[in-house]
Amino acid sequence: MTTFTPQPGAASLPRQVLAQASMEARLMLRNGEQLLLAVVIPVIVLIGGVQGAHRVGLTYDHAAVDVFTPGVLALAVMSTAFTSLAIATGFERRYGVIKWLGASPLPRSGLLAGKVGALLLVEVLQVVVISAVALVLGWDPDPGVLGAVLAVVLGTAAFASLGLLLAGALRAEATLAAANLVYLLLLAGGAVVLPLSAYGSFGNVVQWLPSGALGDAMRDALLDGVTAWRDLAVLVGWAVVGTVLTARTFKWE
Amino acid sequence: MSDADPADPAVRVDGLAMRYGDKVAVDDLTLTVERRSITAVLGPNGAGKTTTLETCEGYRKPQSGTVRVLGLDPVRERRDLLPRIGVMLQGGGAWSGVRALEMLRHVARLHAHPLDVGMLSDRLGLGECGRTPYRRLSGGQQQRLGLAMAIVGRPEIVFVDEPTAGMDPQARRTTWELLEELRADGVTVVLTTHYMDEAERLADRIHIIDHGRLIATGSPLELTRGGGVGSAGISTIRLVVTRPFPPGAPESLRQALGQDTEVTQLDQVSLLVTGPADASTLAKVSRWCEENDVLPESLALGQRTLEDVFLEITGRELAP
Repeated sequence: MTTFTPQPGAASLPRQVLAQASMEARLMLRNGEQLLLAVVIPVIVLIGGVQGAHRVGLTYDHAAVDVFTPGVLALAVMSTAFTSLAIATGFERRYGVIKWLGASPLPRSGLLAGKVGALLLVEVLQVVVISAVALVLGWDPDPGVLGAVLAVVLGTAAFASLGLLLAGALRAEATLAAANLVYLLLLAGGAVVLPLSAYGSFGNVVQWLPSGALGDAMRDALLDGVTAWRDLAVLVGWAVVGTVLTARTFKWE
Repeated sequence: MSDADPADPAVRVDGLAMRYGDKVAVDDLTLTVERRSITAVLGPNGAGKTTTLETCEGYRKPQSGTVRVLGLDPVRERRDLLPRIGVMLQGGGAWSGVRALEMLRHVARLHAHPLDVGMLSDRLGLGECGRTPYRRLSGGQQQRLGLAMAIVGRPEIVFVDEPTAGMDPQARRTTWELLEELRADGVTVVLTTHYMDEAERLADRIHIIDHGRLIATGSPLELTRGGGVGSAGISTIRLVVTRPFPPGAPESLRQALGQDTEVTQLDQVSLLVTGPADASTLAKVSRWCEENDVLPESLALGQRTLEDVFLEITGRELAP
């Protein structure tokens, strides 16, 4: 029997997507900076926020941990779906990974599905870790499961489309810088972790940002058990805009 | 798996033209690649080799002309074609943090009947660096991984772009043996190279490309024999002298040697003589040197190489 006799063929699409998703998730979790962004920073923000609120005597209608945890979960989604995805994709373009995969049996739809799968895998891990820390801190959620799941899924779609838009338009280093900068700006001023009420009249603007909408939707779901349809619609809007622009501008090489 | 027609050549490029802005990359290129052969596309950097390959791989749409691979249109019938071909890019193609064997295993999972990853990594000497992240592999190791990624899916054709660039001699030999084994097992190999020895050693057929045009085609023997099969006795003499040649030196040497001879000036102090050679030829060259008051530094007699063929056709050296 000869070794290299041709026997070509693609694996089934689900198998390819699964392989791609697990590969990308593993690479994301292996990368130190990405892990910092995905888990360490959100946990620090959560603990710092709760401790800080106690210390300065900040009071909300709810316990501080109940206010902060949904926001930190939103932050985790944003860090993975936007910043990590943008940086990883930027460097995939740079190193010719996307180009090579373009000549492999994996179709582009499969590549996108693999990326989404990897994001969801990492996000599940983030939710588990952050929720565990929050429960230790005394988190007592009012679980609006539908609202929370929709917020995570639509938030992921909105931020991922914007992350790909960034990665497809800029060079890898510029993507790295811009993705981190946007992350920091939205963390500080985007109403992800802090509720809109903390921003005064500026909140009227921030509520239309994907960060504000995601944070708000998570708080509505987990503080009051309510599905925030308006915020979810804002996320859908951003996802549509991001997808259309990405489809028009993204260069695979 | 539908074969358009098993008798179709592996690759048929017909009148391909590609340009980027003002720059013509490929200019009315026509060539075919027979199945189960090793075909080398040889030419200097920037000759249009990679553009031609990438058109066959479906990355680029021909601006004019047609390209068929296994009888399929690489752009329109991309999804049917891609599982059947293997591609090795000129560099990159893997995540910087991925381990060598992890990458190979990943590529294997995208295929239905992949080769055994362990066997392949042993064959290419990737075992020792199997857990090394891609960014820390040597250039030669990255090349070998790239080749493994191209063939792990058991393709009918592999397109390899400069497969041995940056490899040490040992790795080059291993790679050549592997490519020969692929051919023996029925795989078509299309490679680009600017190494003559690689083309001469490996290829059943060589297409020499320059400025995007096909300038010569043949087996290594046909090309180096010049006049085609049967015309024996062609050889070359490289003459290097200590001071620049006097004006008109090539023409006067050609007259001294006879009309069948070609003399090409390589630079100020070296000439290449090509033509039928016999016992008296060297003596004639050294008598010409004496008469023209030039002092030979070296006078080397050799078989015509692909390098010489390229030089004769284009007047330029092939290797940078």
